Amino acid sequence: MSAAEPLLRVEDLRVEFHTEDGVVHAVDGITYQVHRGRTLGIVGESGSGKTVASMTTLGLTRSQGARISGRILFEGRDLLALSEAELRAVRGNEIAMIFQDPLSSLHPLYRVGFQLIEAIDAHRQVSKAKARERAIELLGLVGIPDPARRVDDYPHEFSGGMRQRAMIAMALANEPKLLIADEPTTALDVTVQAQILDLLERLQRELDMAIVIITHDLGVVAEMADDIAVMYAGRIVETASAELLFAGPEHPYTWGLLKSIPTLTGSRDEQLVPIPGTPPSLINRPSGCHFHPRCPYAQPDHARIDPQLEPVPAEPTHHVACLLDAPTRRALWGELRAGRMPDEALAAAGLPGEAS
Amino acid sequence: MTRYIIRRLLWGVLLLILVSALTFIFFRVFPTADPATLRAGRLQNPKIIAAIRHDLGLDKSLLTQFWIYMKGIFLHLDFGFSYYSSASVKSLILNRLPATVSLVLGGAVVWLVTGVTIGIISAVRSGTLLDRASMGTALVFVSAPEYWLGLIVLYLFASDIGVFKIFPGAGSYVPLTSDPAKWFTSLIMPWFVVAASTAAIYARLVRGSLIETMGEDYIRTARAKGLTERRVILRHGVRSAINPILTILGLDIGILLGSALLVETVFNIPGIGRLNYDAIQHSDFPIVQGTVLIAAFFVIVANIVVDIAYAYLDPRVRYS
Repeated sequence: MSAAEPLLRVEDLRVEFHTEDGVVHAVDGITYQVHRGRTLGIVGESGSGKTVASMTTLGLTRSQGARISGRILFEGRDLLALSEAELRAVRGNEIAMIFQDPLSSLHPLYRVGFQLIEAIDAHRQVSKAKARERAIELLGLVGIPDPARRVDDYPHEFSGGMRQRAMIAMALANEPKLLIADEPTTALDVTVQAQILDLLERLQRELDMAIVIITHDLGVVAEMADDIAVMYAGRIVETASAELLFAGPEHPYTWGLLKSIPTLTGSRDEQLVPIPGTPPSLINRPSGCHFHPRCPYAQPDHARIDPQLEPVPAEPTHHVACLLDAPTRRALWGELRAGRMPDEALAAAGLPGEAS
Repeated sequence: MTRYIIRRLLWGVLLLILVSALTFIFFRVFPTADPATLRAGRLQNPKIIAAIRHDLGLDKSLLTQFWIYMKGIFLHLDFGFSYYSSASVKSLILNRLPATVSLVLGGAVVWLVTGVTIGIISAVRSGTLLDRASMGTALVFVSAPEYWLGLIVLYLFASDIGVFKIFPGAGSYVPLTSDPAKWFTSLIMPWFVVAASTAAIYARLVRGSLIETMGEDYIRTARAKGLTERRVILRHGVRSAINPILTILGLDIGILLGSALLVETVFNIPGIGRLNYDAIQHSDFPIVQGTVLIAAFFVIVANIVVDIAYAYLDPRVRYS
């Protein structure tokens, strides 16, 4: 296998759920790749399909009556084509996952050690004593003090941060090549969030694993990710390396995300601009560009034309799905970065106002 | 924990005294047949009746009677004597207890095993024809009264009057100590009848509880670890879903130990329920009082056992 070949390559993945209310298009044709030892950040609001996409990688949406198409190539093998038993050998072994709420993600009635040993046991033929030794070692690795004693604790006896550390220890039990972290810091205190992110970065270096980090928090991806994919309504609307994306974001939705969080370097009276409206229903999605009802820069024909993910001029690794032309986007972002409000930017860029 | 148990036991004793007082009041203040008159039989002579009343202590004030009764129980574990047979209430109850315990504990095993199994299968296959059929059948058994079900079963399977003469019928009970094989076969039908409605309730409870549990985040974690679906369901799902079931199991056993009256009557099993039933017919206060007290005792003990067991079943529960 050549070094350039990605560890994980997702191609045109679609996941639909058939419900009584209609078909939910949770993931609508997304393509991305993750290289060994690198970190991909998938960013989006709740309901943008980011969690479903990664759960599908592990086959966890199979039992929920989902209709799945596309390919998920892991080291060249299509995970979607694997049988349940073959997939089980991959889960928790080659690909591991950690979740948002570490309290509800750990079984409340079993000791932390038991749950770790179970993860080892599922994929390795080891004696009980060896597995326990390994469990203690793992707890030490993720920075739990006095692991030989804490291994016999129940999850409720751990603090929030320790629980997430325990979840990470469990995920690392079989030294996976890929770790999927679904909002790993959302349920934690801010100070603990930074510790967990540092821990993930340290472990990534030590174990040389790839990480997919799913979050709504651009701060988290700024710290962790090498590459970023921004998802909206089941699609990737912008993808680039972290440097490119933060230096010159191209999609109005990405601008919205960036302008709605405070920055340390920004001026004190910088105004935060929320993205108007709410995420669209994934059953009856807006026509044309799915973002157009919430986009301050939308033009009349954007409700008709469905934008494709295309390379940005002069940045071949930077892709965006936006119907505005590149110079207009540059001009708009220039105005926004200078602290102007969306309507001011609109006027400055010489675009007609929102069709009303 | 020890303090908690002691406190619970003291409350239990207080509750038993209260129950005794209530039954005492119910049976002596509300109109019933006069036991002295009944005991006099054909010698209906006011003098004899008065003498009997004096012998039984019924001429004393209600408070004094209650005091004597309580003193007997607490100092000598003496529940008094039957007005009807003059036998000691304690020995009567102790004689009858093995039959009731056999019936209830055997029944509990039957309803627990069938209820939980059907519940798990229904939950895992939720929405399928199998699930609907099981839950429909369960509904029928929940609604079927025990005495009716008992008679149907006897009519169908009893070796004497049944259409298919398979199992020994009513009145065939023998103690475990005298013939284990006969004890077992004689109790098969009563076990089934006593278990039917409870098994059906448990099946529905387990189903609901397990479906809810299978939606928990930690089930997703268990799957993400690469565990087999079987292990995910049984070790992770059922382990959580079963806790509420074990809670009501304790209470159901406690309640039934004091009141398996209908099934004992239909199958003519000489248990506590039968004893109580006969005693009510004869206005035999001491026995009624004794059986009610025993029933209350079982319920209270079952409650305490359940609460203590809960601390072991769920590590998050701690008593202080």
